[in-house]
Amino acid sequence: MADIKSSQWRYNMLGYAFSGISLGSVLLLAALGLAITYGLLGVINMAHGEMLMIGAYASYVVQNLFRSWWPGAFDAYLLAALPVAFAVTFVIGMALERLIIRHLYGRPLETLLATWGISLMLIQAVRMLFGAQNVEVANPSWLSGGWEITPALTLPYNRLAIIAFVAGVLVLTWLLLNKTRLGLFVRAVTQNRRMADSVGVPTGKVDMLAFGLGSGIAGLGGVALSQIGNVGPELGQGYIVDSFMVVVLGGVGQLAGTVTGAMGLGIVNKILEPSLGAVLGKILILGFIILFIQKRPQGLFALKGRVLD
Amino acid sequence: MQTALSLRLATRLGPQPLKLAGGAALAVLLAMPALHLWTDPASSLHVSAYTLTLVGKILCYAIVALAMDLVWGYTGLLSLGHGLFFALGGYGMGMYLMRAIGHDGNYQSDLPDFMVFLDWKTLPWFWQGSEHLAWALCLAVGVPGLLALVFGWLAFRSRIKGVYFSIMTQALTYAAMLLFFRNETGFGGNNGFTDFKRILGYGIAAPGTRATLFLLTVLLLVAALAAGFWLVNSKFGRILTAIRDAESRLMFCGYNPLYYKLFIWVASAMLCGLAGALYVPQVGIINPGEMSPANSIEIAIWVAVGGRGSLIGPVLGAGFINAAKSWFTVAFPEYWLFFLGGLFIATTLFLPRGLLGLLRRHKEKA
Amino acid sequence: MMPVTTSQALQRESWDGDTPASGRLLQPGVDVTHGQILYLDDISVSFDGFRALNRLSLSIGVGELRCIIGPNGAGKTTMMDVITGKTRADSGSAFFGQTINLAQHSEAEIAQLGIGRKFQKPTVFEAMTVQENLELALAGPRSVWASLRARLSGQQRDRIDELLTLIRLGEQRARQAGLLSHGQKQWLEIGMLLAQEPQLLLLDEPVAGMTDAETEKTAELLLTLKGRHSLMVVEHDMDFIASIAGKVTVLAEGAVLAEGSLQQVQADERVIEVYLGR
Ligand SMILES: Nc1ncnc2c1ncn2[C@@H]1O[C@H](COP(=O)(O)OP(=O)(O)OP(=O)(O)O)[C@@H](O)[C@H]1O
Ligand SMILES: [Mg+2]
Repeated sequence: MADIKSSQWRYNMLGYAFSGISLGSVLLLAALGLAITYGLLGVINMAHGEMLMIGAYASYVVQNLFRSWWPGAFDAYLLAALPVAFAVTFVIGMALERLIIRHLYGRPLETLLATWGISLMLIQAVRMLFGAQNVEVANPSWLSGGWEITPALTLPYNRLAIIAFVAGVLVLTWLLLNKTRLGLFVRAVTQNRRMADSVGVPTGKVDMLAFGLGSGIAGLGGVALSQIGNVGPELGQGYIVDSFMVVVLGGVGQLAGTVTGAMGLGIVNKILEPSLGAVLGKILILGFIILFIQKRPQGLFALKGRVLD
Repeated sequence: MQTALSLRLATRLGPQPLKLAGGAALAVLLAMPALHLWTDPASSLHVSAYTLTLVGKILCYAIVALAMDLVWGYTGLLSLGHGLFFALGGYGMGMYLMRAIGHDGNYQSDLPDFMVFLDWKTLPWFWQGSEHLAWALCLAVGVPGLLALVFGWLAFRSRIKGVYFSIMTQALTYAAMLLFFRNETGFGGNNGFTDFKRILGYGIAAPGTRATLFLLTVLLLVAALAAGFWLVNSKFGRILTAIRDAESRLMFCGYNPLYYKLFIWVASAMLCGLAGALYVPQVGIINPGEMSPANSIEIAIWVAVGGRGSLIGPVLGAGFINAAKSWFTVAFPEYWLFFLGGLFIATTLFLPRGLLGLLRRHKEKA
Repeated sequence: MMPVTTSQALQRESWDGDTPASGRLLQPGVDVTHGQILYLDDISVSFDGFRALNRLSLSIGVGELRCIIGPNGAGKTTMMDVITGKTRADSGSAFFGQTINLAQHSEAEIAQLGIGRKFQKPTVFEAMTVQENLELALAGPRSVWASLRARLSGQQRDRIDELLTLIRLGEQRARQAGLLSHGQKQWLEIGMLLAQEPQLLLLDEPVAGMTDAETEKTAELLLTLKGRHSLMVVEHDMDFIASIAGKVTVLAEGAVLAEGSLQQVQADERVIEVYLGR
C-alpha cells in the first residue's frame, strides 16, 4: 500500500518536473534572444514577443503551402518551417536594428517605447493579413501522441520534441557565441563596448547581426510554440512579461544565467500551480523576484563590470 | 534673479501663445457643464452627454499623464505600471458605487450582484466600510499610494533603474491584472464593476451629476497642474531633474535619492488613484483590462508626444492622442494601432521633446 | 586647526583680486586628534578575480595636499570609490578621522560627513544653470522636507557669488552647465565641491582637458585650499603636480609603491620601472 503511494508520489513529481522543464524550455526560447540583445545593447526589445508570433505564423504559412502543393510530405513541413521562420525573423530583426534601434543608441527608455510601437504595428499587420482569429497549426503525425510511462503519466511527444529542440538551439547558440568570431565580438561588446570599439571590433555590424540572431532564435521559438498552443496575433504578448522575468532573474551576458532563470521559473511555476493556482503562483514568483533583486540586483549570474552601472 | 525666475516660469509654462490657448481652453472646459445643463438639446451650443463624458474621460487621462510626467519626464523613471494605480483608484470608487446600488441590482440583495452570483453570503473584510464615499476615496488614494510605497521602497533601495525599473513595473501591473481577473479575488473578475445606479443619492447618469463630476475633474487637473508647477520649481524639483541627469553626482553632493524618488513616486501614484476615482463614475465601468500592460505603456506615449519634462506637454499629449483615438476607432478602426505604433516610433526618433518642443522650436526660429 | 593666517589670505588674493575671505572652521564630528583625517588600512578590492586594490594602506594628514600618481589602471579611481562608498572593500578598513568607519555609511552620508569628490569625467547637472548647480551643492539640510521649503538666504547668495568668482564663472552664472567648455565644467565641479564645505576633497584628474593657463589657475586654487581643507589629488600631469605638490604617493597595481617628495619618488628606481616598464 505504502509502496503504491510512494511510487504514485514519484510519478507525480516526475510529472511536475516534466511540465516544469517543458514550460522552462518554452520560456528559454522566448528569453534567450532577449537576453543576448539586452546584454549587448542594454535595450529591451518590446517587439521580441512578436518575433515569436511571426515564427509561429511562418510555420502556419509553410504548413498551408505543404498542404496545397506537397501533401505527401506534409509531415516534413515543420522541418521546412524552421529555416523559414528563422530567416524571416532574422531579417526583420536586422531591419529593426538598422532603421530604428540604432538611432536611439544611448536612450534605452526611448528604445523600449519605440519597439513597443513596432510590436503594435506588427500585431495589427498580422491581424489584417491572417485575421484576428487564431489559426490552426496541425501537429505532424510524428509529434502526435505521447510516451506512456504509466496510465497516469504520459509525456506528449510535442513537449518532448520541444525540450530536445531547445537543447539543440542552446548548443548552437553556445557554439556561436563561444567558438566563432562573431561570438567573440558579441562577448567583447557586451563586456565593454568602448574598449571593443577602440580595438577595432565593428560594433555596428555586431549589433545588427546580434539583433538579427536574437530575433531569429525567437522565430525558432515561435515554430515550437505553434506545436503546443494557439497561434494568434497576440501570441507574443503573453510571453513578454515572463521572458523579461527570466532575464531579470538570470542576469545578462551569460547563457547559464538565462537557462537557470528559465528552468527555475518554469519548475517553480508548475510546483506552485496545483496548490495555489496559476495566478497566485505567478504573483508569488513575482514577489520573490522583487525580493531576490534586493540581494542580487544583477541577477543570478552577474558580470561585474563598469559597463553595467 | 527676477529675470531668471520669470524666464524659468516662461519656459516651464510654455510659450506665450500656448498660455493664451491654455486660458481659453480652461474657459471652454468650465463652460461645458453649464452648456450641458442649461442649453436646449436642439441648440448648436448644446454639449451632449456623450461629449461631456468623452472630454471628462480625457481629462482624467490628462491627470494621469501629468502624474506620469513627474516621475518620467522630471525624474527619469519610466513607469510602465501607472495604469495600475489609476485602475486601483477606480476600483476604490467602484466599490462605493457597487454598494450604492443597494437593492436595485438583478438579485435585489444586500451584496453586490457578482457576490450573489458567486454564492457568497457575507461581505469580505476588505469591503467593510465601502458604503461610505469618504472611505472609498481614502482607499482610492491610499491603496495606490501604499502599493507604490512598498514597491518603490524595494526598487529604489536596491537601485533598480532604467529599463529594469520599467519592466518590473510592467510585471507589477500584469500580476495585478491576473489577480483581478480571478473571481475569488472579490472584485468582480472579468467583468469588474458596472451598472452603477447612483452616487450620494444622485442618479449616476443625471445631467447634474455628470456636470458636477466633470467640474471636479477640471478642478483636479488645475490643482494638479498648480501643485506640479510649485513642485518642479522648488529646490525639490531641481533635485528630481538632477536625479534624472546625474544621480551619482547628486549622491556625492550628499543627497540620498531614495527619499526623493519615493516621494514623487508615491505622490504620482496617489494622483493617479484620484484620477481613477473620478473616471469610473463618469464612464460607468471598471474592469481588469485597465491594468493591462498595454494601457500603461500608452500613458507613456501621451507624455512623450506632448513633451515630457514640461507640465503642459502631457496634458496636450493625452488630449491629442485620445481625441485621435476616439476619431480613429469610429472612422478607421483597423488603422488605429498603426497610427499609435507609428506615433511611438516617430516621437522617439524625431520628436524627443514632443509637440511642445516643436512649438518652442517654431517660436525660436520666428 | 592649522594656522590659516596671512599667507593663506595672501594666496587667495593672488587667485582672484577681491574674493572675500571666508575661513570656515572644520565642522564638529570628525575626530582628528591625531592629525590625520583619513586612514586606509590594508584595503583590497577585486573585480572578478582581478585585484584592483591590493592591501593598500595610506593616510592623509589634516590640511595636507596629497598628490597620487600612478600608471593607468593602478587603482587610483578605485581607491576614491572605496573612500566615498561607491565600491565596498573586500577587506581592510577606511576611517575618516579617528572614529568614523566609512564602510558603515552610504555615499550620501559620506558626502554629508565631509568628503567631497570630483569625478574623473567631469559631471555636473547639465540641464541646470551654473548657479543652480552651486545652489544644489551648497551645504545645508538634505531632506526632502527641507528641499520643499528651501529659500536661498542672503548669506547663501553671498556664498554663491563668492564661489562663482573663485571658480571664475561669474559671467556664466545663468548659462546652462551643459554648454560650458570642458575646463569650465571641471571648475564648476570643483566649485560644487567647495560649496559642500567638505573637510576632505578628493579630486580625480582635475586638470585633464584644461589649457595651460587654466591648469595654472587650478594649481593656484588648490594651493589656497590647502590648510583649510585636506586634499587628495590624482593627476597624470607631472608639471601640474610639481607646481602643487608637497607629498606624492605612487600607486601601482593597487598598492603604494613609494611615497615622498616629487623629486624623491621620481628618482626611485621602482617608480621609474613601473612608468617605463610598460
Ligand atoms: N567595476 C569594475 N569592474 C571591473 N574592473 C574594474 C572596475 N573598476 C575598476 N576596474 C579595474 O580596476 C583597475 C583599476 O582601475 P582604476 O580606474 O582605479 O585605475 P586608475 O588608476 O584610476 O586608472 P586611470 O589612470 O586610467 O584613471 C583597472 O584595471 C580597471 O579596469
Ligand atoms: Mg582613474
